[in-house]
Amino acid sequence: MTLIALPRLRTPSTLVLGGALLLLIGLAAVVGMWLTPYDPTAFAVRDRLQPPSALHPFGTDEFGRDVLSRVLAGAHLSLATGFGAMAISLVVGVPLGLIAAFHRGITEEVVMRSVDLLIALPPVLLGLLVLAVTPPSLWKTVAAVGLVYVPIMVRLTRAVALGLLEEDFVQAARARGEGAPTILWHEILPNAWPPIIVECGLRVTFAILLGSALSFLGLGPQPPASEWGLMIAEGRDFLRQAPWVCLAPGLSLCVLLVCVNLVGEGLRERLDPQLRGRSHA
Amino acid sequence: MGMAAFLLRRLLGLVGVLLGMSLLIFGIVHILPGNVAYAILGEFATPAAVAQLEAKLGLNDPLPVQYWRWLSAMLQGDFGTSIVMQRPAGPLIAEALGRSASLAVFAFSLVAMGGIGLGLYAATHRGRTSDKVLTLVQFLLIAVPEFFWAILAVLVFASWLNLLPATGYAPLSDGVAKWASHLVLPVLVLAFGLVAHVSRLTRSSMIEVLDSRYVLAARARGLAERKVLWRHALPNALLPAITVLAIDAGLLIGGIVVVETVFAYPGLGRLLVYAIERHDLPLLQVGMMVVTAIYALANFVAELLYAVLNPRIRVAGATA
Repeated sequence: MTLIALPRLRTPSTLVLGGALLLLIGLAAVVGMWLTPYDPTAFAVRDRLQPPSALHPFGTDEFGRDVLSRVLAGAHLSLATGFGAMAISLVVGVPLGLIAAFHRGITEEVVMRSVDLLIALPPVLLGLLVLAVTPPSLWKTVAAVGLVYVPIMVRLTRAVALGLLEEDFVQAARARGEGAPTILWHEILPNAWPPIIVECGLRVTFAILLGSALSFLGLGPQPPASEWGLMIAEGRDFLRQAPWVCLAPGLSLCVLLVCVNLVGEGLRERLDPQLRGRSHA
Repeated sequence: MGMAAFLLRRLLGLVGVLLGMSLLIFGIVHILPGNVAYAILGEFATPAAVAQLEAKLGLNDPLPVQYWRWLSAMLQGDFGTSIVMQRPAGPLIAEALGRSASLAVFAFSLVAMGGIGLGLYAATHRGRTSDKVLTLVQFLLIAVPEFFWAILAVLVFASWLNLLPATGYAPLSDGVAKWASHLVLPVLVLAFGLVAHVSRLTRSSMIEVLDSRYVLAARARGLAERKVLWRHALPNALLPAITVLAIDAGLLIGGIVVVETVFAYPGLGRLLVYAIERHDLPLLQVGMMVVTAIYALANFVAELLYAVLNPRIRVAGATA
């Protein structure tokens, strides 16, 4: 039996376009971790705040570091935040949602009330709270952002699973005497994937946005890392003289977000049964 | 009976959430012991000095005792003292809250009116060029982080055009023009992304309603199109928009933190970031608590509004 039950449909062009672009960015990010035109952290004080030129296509920052190299070297951080946080919300949220749907009563109450509580905290604040008490770092940002989206994943998974538990094939499995793990893993999960994947697509966008905002506030990777939000925060003091220091990472972030958004929309078009057939409406 | 029971349930839920939240905030802030004393004395404080101060501040008491002391003081209106500024946290927060509130009120009105208006326009012009352009613009707007909007706004309107001040705040007593000039950019930046969010949702729910049978029936009865739109379709299409506006209140709070930082606007968001940077934990936990309480109240109001407008929810809630 296949783990994912996909309906047979044409693949939307947004998915293809966004996916291809995202792959390209991912490739650049991986290469950029090791290979950049200049050393992304090397100071060259004589070349500080140079406007874009043939030598430095995105110009240089206040320490003379090449902005293009820094943007490339920082790409993997935004991707890691987006996909890492999504993975955390998935790995923590989906099992909790399944369990809450299957074991009604006390377990459900505990899980769902905790979820209510976490949702009652505005996203940025939950991130701030987690990052406030310990020194910030990349993995803490990822964990904090992931934690923010766990409740959404729990609610979604539970709602989907509750619907599926009423279906005949699940009743049949129960009548066969299958245990909870078997039913959840083999009967519920394969059929619950489409809405969960759609949600994941949307979450990556929000996770990148939230992660970069936290970095911008100084609660993400620390200097000399070239996380894009952090680069924008650092370039702020030289905005008038050298806008490229902010614009290069900012526009890169926008391009990345548009690509992720395209993929998310494409996935939704492809998988969301409610949208099927009237996506053009 | 139905409405009273519903109200009571929701109120109890609200109290529960606030209590849980106070536990959560207190718990996270107190994971690392000794933080407060170190923050006051600096990182080179001798262990003896730290121990002495901890005893004085009651930091050696069991955590439940400390929690109760904090909570009961807060309920009596004592919000503690900012250890960095050496001032009572209550007035500090009240002052900052007032400034943030003016940002939030203007931004939220802009989002509600602009978002719903654009959504309705797009829904009634669906498929036309204007609708397609709007959809594309919204798609791009959502993909731009608030802090980058803020940077762009400062660059264009303050640096290049010299039209508006880049940062800061002026009280109303300095004159309306000066006060307003400091509000324009932060409010616009806050509203930008959220307008796209709300208008997208309004558009899709309005389209759903317009395709429904009762709208068809209303049209078949020969009602004027304007009457069909405003009296029949709009009230139902706005239901989901209310929920989204409540969610957006949360995003707005996050946005305020970021926007106030960029524009050096002395509101509650900036105060929180300041408390984090300076490790002012008493100020931080009270500030967090105030913001969460406001957010919880906003959600509470949204749920009530939703129930008033949609009786089905109320009945289902009362029987559940």
